[in-house]
Amino acid sequence: MFGKLSLEAIPTDEPIIMWTLAVVMLIALAGIGAVTYYRKWTYLWTEWFTSVDHKRIGVMYIVVALVMLLRGFSDAIMMRTQQAMASDGSAGYLPPEHYDQIFTAHGVIMIFFMAMPLVVGLMNIVVPLQIGARDVAFPFLNALSFWLFVAGAMLVNVSLAIGEFARTGWVAYPPLSGLSYSPGVGVDYYIWSLQISGVGTLLTGVNFFVTILKMRTPGMTLFRMPVFTWTVLCTSVLILASFPILTATLFMLSLDRYLDMHFFTNELGGNPMMYVNLIWAWGHPEVYILILPAFGVFSEVASTFSRKRLFGYHSLVWATIVITILSFIVWVHHFFTMGSGANVNAFFGIMTMIIAVPTGVKIFTWLFTMYRGRVRFETPMLWTVGFIVTFSIGGMTGVLLAVPGADFLLHNSLFLIAHFHNVIIGGAVFGYLCGLTYWFPKAFGFKLHDGLGRAAFWCWITGFYFAFMPSYFLGFMGMTRRLNHFDVPEWRPWLEVELLGVGIILCGVVCQILQFFFSIRRRHQNRDVTGDSWGDGRTLEWSTASPPPFYNFAQQPVVDGIDAYWGMKERGQKTAVEADFQSIHMPRNTSMGLVISLFSLVMCFALVWHIWWLAIVGLVATIAGVIWRSADDDIDYYVPAEEVARIENQRIKALAEA
Amino acid sequence: MRTRLPDYLTRTLLIAAVLLLGGCDMVLFNPKGQVGLDQRNLIILSTLLMLLVVVPVIVMALVFSVKYRASNEKARYTPEWAHSRKIETVVWGVPLLIIIVLGVVTWKSTHALDPYRPLDSDVKPLVVQVIATDWKWLFIYPELGIASVNELAMPLDTPVNFRVTSDGAMTSFFIPALGGQIYAMAGMQTQLHLIANEAGEYRGIAANYNGPGFSDMHFKTLATDAAGFDNWVAGVRAGQARLDKDSYARLARPTFNHPVEHYASIQPDLFQSIIDKYEGMNRSREVEHRMEHMQGRIESSVGTGQQVSKE
Repeated sequence: MFGKLSLEAIPTDEPIIMWTLAVVMLIALAGIGAVTYYRKWTYLWTEWFTSVDHKRIGVMYIVVALVMLLRGFSDAIMMRTQQAMASDGSAGYLPPEHYDQIFTAHGVIMIFFMAMPLVVGLMNIVVPLQIGARDVAFPFLNALSFWLFVAGAMLVNVSLAIGEFARTGWVAYPPLSGLSYSPGVGVDYYIWSLQISGVGTLLTGVNFFVTILKMRTPGMTLFRMPVFTWTVLCTSVLILASFPILTATLFMLSLDRYLDMHFFTNELGGNPMMYVNLIWAWGHPEVYILILPAFGVFSEVASTFSRKRLFGYHSLVWATIVITILSFIVWVHHFFTMGSGANVNAFFGIMTMIIAVPTGVKIFTWLFTMYRGRVRFETPMLWTVGFIVTFSIGGMTGVLLAVPGADFLLHNSLFLIAHFHNVIIGGAVFGYLCGLTYWFPKAFGFKLHDGLGRAAFWCWITGFYFAFMPSYFLGFMGMTRRLNHFDVPEWRPWLEVELLGVGIILCGVVCQILQFFFSIRRRHQNRDVTGDSWGDGRTLEWSTASPPPFYNFAQQPVVDGIDAYWGMKERGQKTAVEADFQSIHMPRNTSMGLVISLFSLVMCFALVWHIWWLAIVGLVATIAGVIWRSADDDIDYYVPAEEVARIENQRIKALAEA
Repeated sequence: MRTRLPDYLTRTLLIAAVLLLGGCDMVLFNPKGQVGLDQRNLIILSTLLMLLVVVPVIVMALVFSVKYRASNEKARYTPEWAHSRKIETVVWGVPLLIIIVLGVVTWKSTHALDPYRPLDSDVKPLVVQVIATDWKWLFIYPELGIASVNELAMPLDTPVNFRVTSDGAMTSFFIPALGGQIYAMAGMQTQLHLIANEAGEYRGIAANYNGPGFSDMHFKTLATDAAGFDNWVAGVRAGQARLDKDSYARLARPTFNHPVEHYASIQPDLFQSIIDKYEGMNRSREVEHRMEHMQGRIESSVGTGQQVSKE
């Protein structure tokens, strides 16, 4: 009846997990209680959960991503504590079977459920506004993407309470992830949570690809698009080309595990190393999916806060395109040590290095954007300069790892760990936090608390250097990754410094939580009435109100160059004027995204536990949901012209009073 | 490995870097064999080449931040300036030049340091077959007819040709003090060529996570002079244990932190049979292999050195 599922699947003998669950339950109950007490369920349901508005969906993506950031960061704290304790014969406090799940969960959560949704959240909030569109091309698909991602995130979190998570590392190499070495449900949780959220990501890629190509406002040619939009376009191309590989690879792995096939087993002609190739054929483009939009954020921020046009726009765009293409022919650098032979290794090594050229160009264009500018060091600009310095170091160590001869020594060492945290934290995460600060007032109509934002930045960057620079040296000292305990006493002081660094980052995270708290409490003092929250906005998103009306623009803006809004300001053209407003065609809210995702969550959970009847029910319900939605013709409506006029006149009045 | 930099410059920079980094005990910067030494020098050279771009970037980031801060009204301000052919040529050109130099270095060094390439030496190399099992290392010396677990002895200044496979999950065979690593994969055979030029006891590790016993899966590498090595061999031969199919099956059962074990004699085709047992579907090849074994031509198939089962 319940497949492999029984009450024993709940790890009641693990006090750490039980306490975590208790705390999570309490927080969840408090949340539910608060929503009920303030009678906000209807509001949440109609305005948020069923919304197809790209701004709302973007905000929800970011909220879930930040919650998952806390979860992934707790994993990091636990691992760093374990490694700082477990030397000289001490086993630390985490046995391997628990520790191995933590490092797997940390990687999976940080990449798939923290970094990806932060990128997608920013894309959602910003891109339609930047190209002067009223929503994305497929609003319902967008909601479906989001809820599928939530379902994946839920499944990962359920694994904490019921059963276990994979103990394989975040890319789950077979044969270790195959049935004979991982008979438990951990790898199945891994597979289905990634499959379900991966489909969501793929749909997002389709959506933004079409949105950017088809929905730009009149006059906005490709080479007049803001750089952030350009990077999102390239990221969408990467998603379209690479996520199907992930889906197919995980599908083959599940065939191995469920139907006793042998794509990646040791036995019967299976080849585990094929999986390693396939997963990195997705995995390398994936890191550019994460970093390109961050580059876009820095481009917008550098130009805005230097009060200057972006230097070398064309260079920057071409550099982005070159990176997009090259990112598909470098995957072998993740496993030079497999023994592919010198010609193959040298080819992939050199291809990897070539990516350093366009990346270097990008860094120089930001520097020359600051050059002869008037640089205002608001928080987003701090993140940008912090990024340029930190990322240069990470880029350098990356090129070093691309030299096969050097990689034979550094592969899988803590040097590698230092490198990719250096580019993912120092590049991508700094970029998202920068973008979050930068566009927060656009999404909500008030700025985040400045002092706490600065404090968070300084804690993050100092903590980062303490937490990861020692890893470079530990790598040189021969320390490999994923060790549960070790017998080399010289490593310990460095690991203790790293733990200190994690503590400093924790202060940064606390500052950010306080920052949200105080900013929301004082939102009326920091209200942005103009829409141009930072005063120096250059692109179209700053030309509409903050927060923008649900239809974004009452009249489609007309664009005649790069930095469209800056041009309007230069000419003294007002963006909020009384006019003959027309009715606006908008999509209707729908709960089907949530419902379909819920069915697929049920299906995936049932598959994890081999509850076949429930899996079939979930599958049929999912398909029925999709058909139901497809047959629904009542999916759009017109906002009457009077309603548009009312909203716009309110804004004009508010502007006149400010 | 040859490079474009003048020799004396390379040497000075190398010495400076080694002195700077020698402060703490970093095994990769203190190699005990030629391969490790070449790889270390490659790391240092590549890093110095890249610093040619990275240092200016960091300096520019800091200088521009100070000089062009909004409060410094004396600095020049050109809000519309966004293009300069000169600067753009430099920012594309200089990184490109450095990558071209580094690319040449990479091409040459990748071939020179290819783990499959036998080392240049007049001394006859020693063959060691390496099997990674859950969670211990088995070393077979086919020419000497002995084997050991979690202890690897190698004579000084003698190239050692490692043939590596796994009888379980994939992992990586790595002796940091001697030079780079190679994956150990079931059903396949990889090669690694290393040499020890200084006597000592070095740490060998599994450098790819392969399950719960991973953290304890390390071994001692004893690099000794010829006499010391002969002594070690004699000591191993003095024992009783024989490594054959049955004793191997007992050994291969999953264990944590396995103690050092010695085998005075071995079943000759054991290594190949462990690779072959994963061929499964490829029946015809398996039969072919067995024929080869029977005809005593095992050496030729080991010597080809590619990933045997997947050709």
